[in-house]
Amino acid sequence: MELTRRNAMIAGAGALFVAGLPIRVSAAGEDAIAAFTGGADVGAGDITLTAPEIAENGNTVPIEVASETAAEIMVLALGNPTPAVATFKFGPLSGSRAASTRIRLAGTQDVIAIAKLDDGSFVQASSTVKVTIGGCGG
Amino acid sequence: MAKGVKPRVKVPKTAAAGDTITIKTLISHKMESGQRKDDDGNVIPRSIINRFTCDFNGENVIDVTLEPAISTNPYFEFEAKVPEAGEFKFTWYDDDGSVYDTAKKIAIG
Repeated sequence: MELTRRNAMIAGAGALFVAGLPIRVSAAGEDAIAAFTGGADVGAGDITLTAPEIAENGNTVPIEVASETAAEIMVLALGNPTPAVATFKFGPLSGSRAASTRIRLAGTQDVIAIAKLDDGSFVQASSTVKVTIGGCGG
Repeated sequence: MAKGVKPRVKVPKTAAAGDTITIKTLISHKMESGQRKDDDGNVIPRSIINRFTCDFNGENVIDVTLEPAISTNPYFEFEAKVPEAGEFKFTWYDDDGSVYDTAKKIAIG
């Protein structure tokens, strides 16, 4: 490839795009995770988070969390001004350890669900949601 | 007390003993996140429902902590076991101290 002005601009734009990609886990998000897990390791396992790939309206994004053995499930949206979304605690009469709700997302970001299982360990699942119109009233 | 708050709950009227049923709840509430600004640039103060619980005959089914990231008119769908006839009690706790509740009876049939 000849080093022309046009090629240089294309390469420059590509480099900028790649540099902007790394996942940003905000300090507030890490704090919220630490407060929930008490610093314990979070593995992968018995939890599913169902969220749409693309949400047209960030004001109301349907999500579902499910697990076989979770006592509590916390949902975080790391790209929101405040990352916490909701915490579900399942009581003795819960029919399944699953729940659905609708959440707000400020922009395209990863949504994370962390479950505290009955045996005291923690597992997490995440899902990237592309948001066309943000839901925090910028 | 926020205006126009109306809880809506969908519970089957009957179930077999020991069955698992699906419950859907929705409460109309503006869930002001505390992030938005009005026309003059002043932040609109946060005003949300911060907790929702569902109990059956005094035993807990689900207890949810809500944050500002929950959408306007909070909606929840979950499942509950019905060991006997009785009453589901649903309670929402507002930031301003108000408590909204509603109840639904279920029969064994």
